[in-house]
Amino acid sequence: MTVQEVPQGRLRTPFYERMSQLDTLNAWHEWKGYTTPDALYCGETEYFAIRNATAVFDVSPMTKYRITGPDSLAFLDRLVTRDMMKIKPGRVAYAVWCDDQGQVLDDGTIFHLREGEYRLCSQERHLDWFMASAIGFNVDIVVETADVCGLAVQGPTSYSTLSGLDLPGLDQLKLFDLMHCDFEGAELMVSRTGFTGDLGYELWIEPGKAEALWDAVFEAGKLFGIRPIGVHALEMARVEAGYLAPFEDFLPAKGTVRTGRTRSPFELGLEWLVDFKKPNFNGRRALAEEKRKGSTWRLVKLNIEGNKVANASYIFETHKANKGNIGFVTSAEWSPVCKQNIALGTVRMPHGAPGSTVWVEIYYQREMHWSRAMAKAEVVDKPFWFPPRRSATPPGPY
Amino acid sequence: MKTYDAIVVGAGHNGLTTAAFLAKAGLDVVCVEKNDYIGGAAVSRELYKDWMYSNCSYVCSLLRPEIFRALELHKHGLQITPYGGSCQFMQNGDYYGSYHDPEVAYREMARHSQHDADAAERYGADTMRQCRFVRDSLLRTPPDPTSFRPKDIRELLTIGAKFMEMGEDRMYETIRFWTMSVAEYLDEYFESDIIKTAYSGSGIIGTALGVRSPGTAYVLLHHYMGEVDGNVGSWGVARGGMGAVSKSIAGAFQGYGGELRTEAGVDKIVVKNGRTTGVALENGDEINGRIVVSAMDVKRTFLTCMDQSDLPEEFYRRVQNFKIRGSSGKLNIALDGMPRFPALPDGSTLYQSDMHFIDTMDRMERAYDDWKAGTFSKDPYVDMVVPTMTDPTMAPPGKHFMSCFVQYCPRQIEGREWTSPEKEAFAKSVIDQIANYSPNFKDLILHYEVRTPQDIENEIGITEGNIFHGELTMDQLLFNRPVPGYAQYRAPVNGLYMCGSSTHPGGGVMAAPGANAAREILADLNRRNTVPENFGDD
Repeated sequence: MTVQEVPQGRLRTPFYERMSQLDTLNAWHEWKGYTTPDALYCGETEYFAIRNATAVFDVSPMTKYRITGPDSLAFLDRLVTRDMMKIKPGRVAYAVWCDDQGQVLDDGTIFHLREGEYRLCSQERHLDWFMASAIGFNVDIVVETADVCGLAVQGPTSYSTLSGLDLPGLDQLKLFDLMHCDFEGAELMVSRTGFTGDLGYELWIEPGKAEALWDAVFEAGKLFGIRPIGVHALEMARVEAGYLAPFEDFLPAKGTVRTGRTRSPFELGLEWLVDFKKPNFNGRRALAEEKRKGSTWRLVKLNIEGNKVANASYIFETHKANKGNIGFVTSAEWSPVCKQNIALGTVRMPHGAPGSTVWVEIYYQREMHWSRAMAKAEVVDKPFWFPPRRSATPPGPY
Repeated sequence: MKTYDAIVVGAGHNGLTTAAFLAKAGLDVVCVEKNDYIGGAAVSRELYKDWMYSNCSYVCSLLRPEIFRALELHKHGLQITPYGGSCQFMQNGDYYGSYHDPEVAYREMARHSQHDADAAERYGADTMRQCRFVRDSLLRTPPDPTSFRPKDIRELLTIGAKFMEMGEDRMYETIRFWTMSVAEYLDEYFESDIIKTAYSGSGIIGTALGVRSPGTAYVLLHHYMGEVDGNVGSWGVARGGMGAVSKSIAGAFQGYGGELRTEAGVDKIVVKNGRTTGVALENGDEINGRIVVSAMDVKRTFLTCMDQSDLPEEFYRRVQNFKIRGSSGKLNIALDGMPRFPALPDGSTLYQSDMHFIDTMDRMERAYDDWKAGTFSKDPYVDMVVPTMTDPTMAPPGKHFMSCFVQYCPRQIEGREWTSPEKEAFAKSVIDQIANYSPNFKDLILHYEVRTPQDIENEIGITEGNIFHGELTMDQLLFNRPVPGYAQYRAPVNGLYMCGSSTHPGGGVMAAPGANAAREILADLNRRNTVPENFGDD
């Protein structure tokens, strides 16, 4: 007997054929086993589709779990740090979950699809941890990564685009709402979520209807500047929105080897996601202790003077770099839409309070030669980009 | 009666920029504008229902990112989106396109001339070298070479050092560059007429000179030194039209506590005992101010809005002789759909580009000959762009706004004022030229607006409708702009300043003159400087 080998190389999402028809660059990389575009036409142009028109990004490789059963809510409430009781059916929650040391295992979005029925989307794979956390709960956890595919439709004209799809109730869908509609006989789930900090939606459907959905969306978006985009553009937008990326701005705790390389929610600026008023949850004791004693690290959003991007820079307390650094930059870019030199970084407490000033050591290359600059940076509280259109309901046409 | 710390005359983008930086420093500032809308020549106007027209300036590249950032213009609604390249239609049915992707650009160039495609790298490096020299000066006040003040000497030394650093050969090149014609400059690199023609357009836009006139090489640089997010030479559209630039600066200004007054045209800048005390409005009102800053062009400021007796004779004469010649007009068109250009493949990114319809250097020069003869070009140089191919906000979905910048077009026609039939004939010359390359273009026209230099002068107030507030020739640049001895934004009357594009570094919706003027004013008043420095490239 010959055993069927597992698929070799990179998997293709249900949208792959459609994306590759529009691809001109042939620049792809791997994302959780799937092939995903860096960019399809031009990373910068695609970025501007997010900020100026409609951008479409294939989120199918996201790890997805279906969580059902009588104790599904109790289980999730135990799993994540925020109060899941408040997340009614038809709502979506951004959440983090921690190990018993209060260190972040991952972040993700939890869709309350129907009473007691949830979908959890995350970057990493967690069935091992979820099963362990589910002991004693009457709950079913099923991996549905390949059973549901997703399209993020983002940008100021995304509402106008999706209006062409005849989705009743779309105009009243608020930020972090979700709804179910019919699409050619299949159930289409639409959520007002995204990773861009702009007006936008995510569409979730069974793989058999993927291409039909793609075609319908692109037809509807024809007059609204619709464009498929790759990771390069999305990455630019997410830093402007101040969103964290695992393996860049934090490491999922279970995969780290060295002590002290993990982060708690407090250390990632996610204190608002930790609710001590609710019953026991994973990491509670450790987090309560950390809250009492203080954290070691702090995530900072930096608005850096000048225009030289602070890639992989050390952060210092003063402009003299001789006293030892207080942390380092984890994501950095020039923000086209804010015309600001921005970065996310991690610094040792008590440094980096919002409103304070730190210094960033920037190495940059001009015609082979390297230069070094110490640039002043302001620690800001708010995301760099948060336009009113992101949450306007009903949304404007652009 | 209230006395403001500063009165800024003219709510164009430069006036607003000066006003915003002064208000940011804590001054009590009023900005007065003669029209019932703000923006000057950076405006979006609904001239046809549901269509926003960028009816003067139409694309954006030179706006200094330092200023955008310092005034946090994104919080006041300004978004600049780059658009795709440019395109030159040819009479033989072919076209030459320029593209963002360097390899695609290379292939397209090689299709017309393999030699020129290879020469483009040398051209790019040489032009960028000149560009760096100028870019560094944009947010600096030009030094006065005759002054011995430490600041001027320091600044001269800085420029001198940058010049010396280039090395001997390149110093010669630089001096040649500043005085050359764009045609001569391009001849040193390229052999293909279509490629030279494509590059030469930037050398004459807004200028009453032809491609073979000395000094036009610099004008090319002026259009090349801008950027969108570090992509030098890129151009973008302001979301919502160019009015978004002015509106956002006005938003910042008001956010700092500044006061805007529209329908408040200035009749006279009031001078008492050699010092300005405020302005007298056309409606008879007077506003008192400790200083007055004029964003109007120099001719309008000093020849129209002041008494000759308040000004030094030599200065007055030089202002009279300042070159500010009407050389371009506009045709702004509302379209029922995007015209097809059969030469271009369907879906080409070149539909988003700026398009041109002249394919030889001779035709470029002939277009200028008509202007010299006192009339508009029969075969005009048109810089045509459809911003709604990029910007979803300016027209209903599927409909379009087309901006046609037209050169050459004189302020007066054959020495007298324009008549309506002549304006129509001017419009027709443009429409016919575009229609030669787009058979369905004429059928899609819903409405158009014709703008001769005379119309622009009458409405916006710019003398001769000159888009740069004065020619960008060597005799009117740097420490000679607007006139020798007065390049540091101070007028020869105490308390009076200039901040419009007649001052260094000139026009093009840069906001740099406005920012530089604010820095000088704040220094005179011993106030905290709020004006940012150049980011610098090194």
